[in-house]
Amino acid sequence: MKRSPATLALRWSGRVLVAVILLFVLLPGVVVAISAFNDRAILQFPPQSWSLRWFWRAFSYADFAKGFWNGLTVTVWASSIAVVVGSAFAFAIHRYKFALRDFLEGILLSPLIIPHYTVGLGILILASQTGIGRGFPLVIFAHVVMVLPFVMRSTYISLENLDTRLELAASSLGATPLRILFTVTIPLLIPGLLSGWLFAAILSFNEFTATLFVSSQATQTLPVAMYNYVREFADPTLAALSVIYIVVTATLLTIANSFLGLGKILNVDAH
Amino acid sequence: MLMRTDPMTADMPSVASDKIRPAVQLDGVTKRFGDSVALHEAWLKIRPSEFMTLLGPSGCGKTTLLNLIAGFLEADNGEIFIEGALVTETPAHMREIGIVFQNYALFPHMSVAKNVAYGLTTRGVEKKEIARRVEEALALVKLSGFADRKPRQLSGGQQQRVALARALVIKPKVLLLDEPFSALDKNLRGSMQVELKQIQRELGVTTIFVTHDQGEALSMSDRIAVMSAGRIRQIAAPDDIYRRPADRFVASFVGDASVLNGRLVARRGDVAVVSIGDMSVNVPATPTAGVAIGDAVDVFVRPEHLAVTPRGASGSLPGTVTAQVFQGGHVDLYIDAPGSARERILLRSPGIAALSSCPVGAEIGLTIGSDDIVAFPPGEAP
Repeated sequence: MKRSPATLALRWSGRVLVAVILLFVLLPGVVVAISAFNDRAILQFPPQSWSLRWFWRAFSYADFAKGFWNGLTVTVWASSIAVVVGSAFAFAIHRYKFALRDFLEGILLSPLIIPHYTVGLGILILASQTGIGRGFPLVIFAHVVMVLPFVMRSTYISLENLDTRLELAASSLGATPLRILFTVTIPLLIPGLLSGWLFAAILSFNEFTATLFVSSQATQTLPVAMYNYVREFADPTLAALSVIYIVVTATLLTIANSFLGLGKILNVDAH
Repeated sequence: MLMRTDPMTADMPSVASDKIRPAVQLDGVTKRFGDSVALHEAWLKIRPSEFMTLLGPSGCGKTTLLNLIAGFLEADNGEIFIEGALVTETPAHMREIGIVFQNYALFPHMSVAKNVAYGLTTRGVEKKEIARRVEEALALVKLSGFADRKPRQLSGGQQQRVALARALVIKPKVLLLDEPFSALDKNLRGSMQVELKQIQRELGVTTIFVTHDQGEALSMSDRIAVMSAGRIRQIAAPDDIYRRPADRFVASFVGDASVLNGRLVARRGDVAVVSIGDMSVNVPATPTAGVAIGDAVDVFVRPEHLAVTPRGASGSLPGTVTAQVFQGGHVDLYIDAPGSARERILLRSPGIAALSSCPVGAEIGLTIGSDDIVAFPPGEAP
């Protein structure tokens, strides 16, 4: 069968369009990645001479190392707390009908609408009013608030996909509600909980805006340390750090994806 | 309303039947979902070791009834007893009931052995005893070598056997089966039915089986409760349901039936005499109790109760063959008889003789060759 010229033209214009879109999406990353290998102490594209020395500096700069460990501390705590709290709320919203159910749901999903700097500013004002110091608990609290909706969503979707007949079968076999929760419901939700945790962790580790408000010199995370760095230096260290960031995040996401289709968590509307 | 108590007392045959404690008893159980009544005042007594089928179209309330017995739903009115004990408010996990779901509901994260052991673990049975009983249960359903498999590694039929083993291993007071065969292919379905019935008889476990398939119901049950629109219409043995349906719904839902136009001519005790054209037949009097002598009734006849005679033979109805369907062991004839029936009449002729003797277009006579005919007050479609 012969294709008409119009069909052919359409096919090719489609391919070109996809290529252009991909180029735009990838362009910033590609530019930064290439700049990271510049030998000179300026951000320049394309580089004139090549070196790996900014990667070394990214690893050896004390503020970055401290920011990394701070960020990791905040991330692990915030994601873990969010998984426990978020799952409990998701469970309540999914299983029970109560007076303020819709209201509660709205509140919990609102950080999706409220900008991060508002969250940061709000918590900062509260902290200064109540005299709470800008320590780790404050940063962790801010991060829990921001990642909670994502964790809730992830658990909620896993609950939607859970066949309630499994729980009925367990109860007919003599299991108490608590026993059903621990032997049937939670084991079957684990892929969803893990993905939710990982997604929260990635969000939390990368979070900058709110963290800038609520962290101090002692608790600043890696993105905040990077911001402070770029205010003083304009060398390719940050570009090198970006490359590391992208590689690590991509690796983690790949792992998450193999646990449970990540698409389910990212773009499915639960209602 | 008519059916509420009649069938219950009518079909309890033995003199001592009232003294046998029912395995399951429902006293006027009602369940509403919002404004709609899913189950309306269900009265039901199931005898120990009985295989009782709840038969009806989807939405008739049979699954609601099952869920009420299992304790998954709470009744709005009425009481439920299991082995004489009031369980209306007892939570599901304390009712000691085995259930097999349509999709089997095996725990996907547990091995076959763990699935079967689940109900024993919750009861705190000793490890050794669990192992022994799990092995026994798997042997019962012929899956001895499969203990370490995961459910997803099994075929549909095998999964169903695991579900059955899991339900039976706890020695339940009642076994509930929720359309367990509908997900199986036709050949497997037949053999699983035979096997399930065998196991049930062997163990003597009281069983309540929910289905919309009248063939399954007729072949497996000791008794059938036919349901429609949230009500139990009739409770009786399969042959009674087929031969003496209590109302138009049962008559048309269970088995094939054609409706002939009749007229009530006399009543003699339990029997009513109905004329159809030149013919007259005896039917049970109860269903037409409200009809005056001389008024119209609808007569329900099974396809195998009709026979072909030469046109004009005395006491026969004139008709014309409009279609012929060869079914292997018998021939189905569709007959137009405008004088005696509003719709086409189905006649089942054994053997293959009718293929040549009753071609399409043939003008024939119809006779009724059975006493198992029922008549109901005239109505619209059943």
